[in-house]
Amino acid sequence: MQTPPAEQTKARNVDERSVADARHDRFFHGVLKFSALLVLATLLGAALSTLWGGREVLFGQGLHFLTSNAWNPVEDDYGAVAPVFGTLVTSLIALVLAVPVSFGIALFITEIAPAWMRGPVSAAIELLAGIPSIIFGMWGLFVFVPFMSRIEPALSATLGKLPLVGKLFQGPPLGLGLLTAGIVLAVMILPFISSVMREVFQTVPTRLKESSYALGSSTWEVVWDIVLPYTRSAVIGGIFLGLGRALGETMAVTFVLGNSYNITSSLLMPGTSISSSIANEFNEAVGTHRSALIALGFVLFLVTFVVLLIARLMLRQLVKREGK
Amino acid sequence: MSTQGIYLRRRIVNVTALLLGGCATVLGLLFLVWILWVTISNGIGALHLSLFTKITAYADEGGLSNAIVGSLIMDLMALLICAPIGVMAGTYLAEYGRNSKLGALIRFLNDILLSAPSIVMGLFVYVIIVLPISNMTHGHISFSGFAGSVALALIGLPVIVRTTDEMLQLVPGTLREAALSLGVPQWKLTVQVLVRAAASGIITGVLLALARLAGETAPLLFTAFGNNFMTVHPLDKMASLPVAIYQYTNDPSPALHSIAWAGALLITLFVLALSLLTRLLFSRKKVSYE
Repeated sequence: MQTPPAEQTKARNVDERSVADARHDRFFHGVLKFSALLVLATLLGAALSTLWGGREVLFGQGLHFLTSNAWNPVEDDYGAVAPVFGTLVTSLIALVLAVPVSFGIALFITEIAPAWMRGPVSAAIELLAGIPSIIFGMWGLFVFVPFMSRIEPALSATLGKLPLVGKLFQGPPLGLGLLTAGIVLAVMILPFISSVMREVFQTVPTRLKESSYALGSSTWEVVWDIVLPYTRSAVIGGIFLGLGRALGETMAVTFVLGNSYNITSSLLMPGTSISSSIANEFNEAVGTHRSALIALGFVLFLVTFVVLLIARLMLRQLVKREGK
Repeated sequence: MSTQGIYLRRRIVNVTALLLGGCATVLGLLFLVWILWVTISNGIGALHLSLFTKITAYADEGGLSNAIVGSLIMDLMALLICAPIGVMAGTYLAEYGRNSKLGALIRFLNDILLSAPSIVMGLFVYVIIVLPISNMTHGHISFSGFAGSVALALIGLPVIVRTTDEMLQLVPGTLREAALSLGVPQWKLTVQVLVRAAASGIITGVLLALARLAGETAPLLFTAFGNNFMTVHPLDKMASLPVAIYQYTNDPSPALHSIAWAGALLITLFVLALSLLTRLLFSRKKVSYE
């Protein structure tokens, strides 16, 4: 009888409130977890839906689809080899060109440029990453293709005469083609690779670099013998990240590739890629043709997924070593 | 080789490498200036009032008004879809999944989604939304602005998840402990303290997602399709600026090319202004978006 009723109700209120709070917390946790699982669902859904959409060709023709280089909508005969070839070749050209340039940019920003220049230069390079890919495509078609058709005769006359690699540079100076697409892709992925390189170069402990300088190393020797070995896995990760971008890029290559189902030894010839085939043909395609295009999408998704998986695993190794 | 010779060779190698680094940077900047210059010089000449008042159905005597309206609607709808989900998923990763296996897995796969090919997202939405709706309505409704927005939302989602996650991780743990010690339940702590503390960073993420998805063309081709007439109905085929540019670029008519350049200039200005804005406003907090 000592306790006033007011405090009893208060105690009960507190109990009720913590019960309610626990309930709300569970609900809150559930909603957040559901949203996070949607991210997983997106990735899984993209794979499964393209597999489903392409089932007619993937399961119906299977090996034939993956090994044939026919692409004949009239007879409904489809093979993935030509688009896969184009995708791989253009991406490879892009990597060969973009990796050294990106490395040079990262080297310039982290080791050469005076402090006041670093911010603006890296911001400008990252601006390149912000330009929508359709703009790259337009620039490629209206400006870069005519430019390439002017310099391609010179390429054929010089590089085309070389033994072994000469064949790659012989062909009509169309301007359009695998080489042009590769260069446009290189410009597109350059900011991605260089920004990863720049960031990981900055993680190298100053102690290490100063020790090397103290032993008389030149700037280049510090970068080549200290910075690069320290960041090797992350640099490779960055390169794979760029490769992933290049493989899946659509708009920048669609205009400049020429859209022809060729497998040629010349880089000056027009070709096609997975993404540009899909973009060019999807809306006119019906039946098996459409299924074949979705099946191509599945192949593209699988390849980029593996490449990006490797990229992320490599990038993670550096973070692990830092003990983060 | 003499000591002198080795020394000389090392110096030559060093100077050459540094010079090449400088050249690479100049080359990169050259391409940036080249592309921007071409876009601006071709676009400015074609900027007329009719661009905003006439629809694409008039072709070379028309404008882009339906494409601009379509883009605004789809970009906005995409943000309305991906911003809440992205912020909640990012919050889950930062607050519940920081050290859990599931959290690590989702974070890892989200990073992959960040650079997944956008054209596959278009195919995904085509298979799960466009096709079923078309079958259900016997082809009355097939491609739609709604499907386009969903495809764009999938492009923006991983950007928002990643930014929210990283921004919340920057909020000091003492803030959490202080609130928890007052008996605040977890959800209230998250909504009223943490999200508010990280608000500017989270908004940055949403703006970056907008900048990313506003320039996307590939996922719209077979979801929203395009439309030569003005429409605001989300279940109609809907025009968009990138798709209109794509169609006009493929057309042989030079008049359409110049309209395409004007559209390209509009998109580029919009996207670059957004990314500059986020950079200027929130340059204190650094996150990478590769």
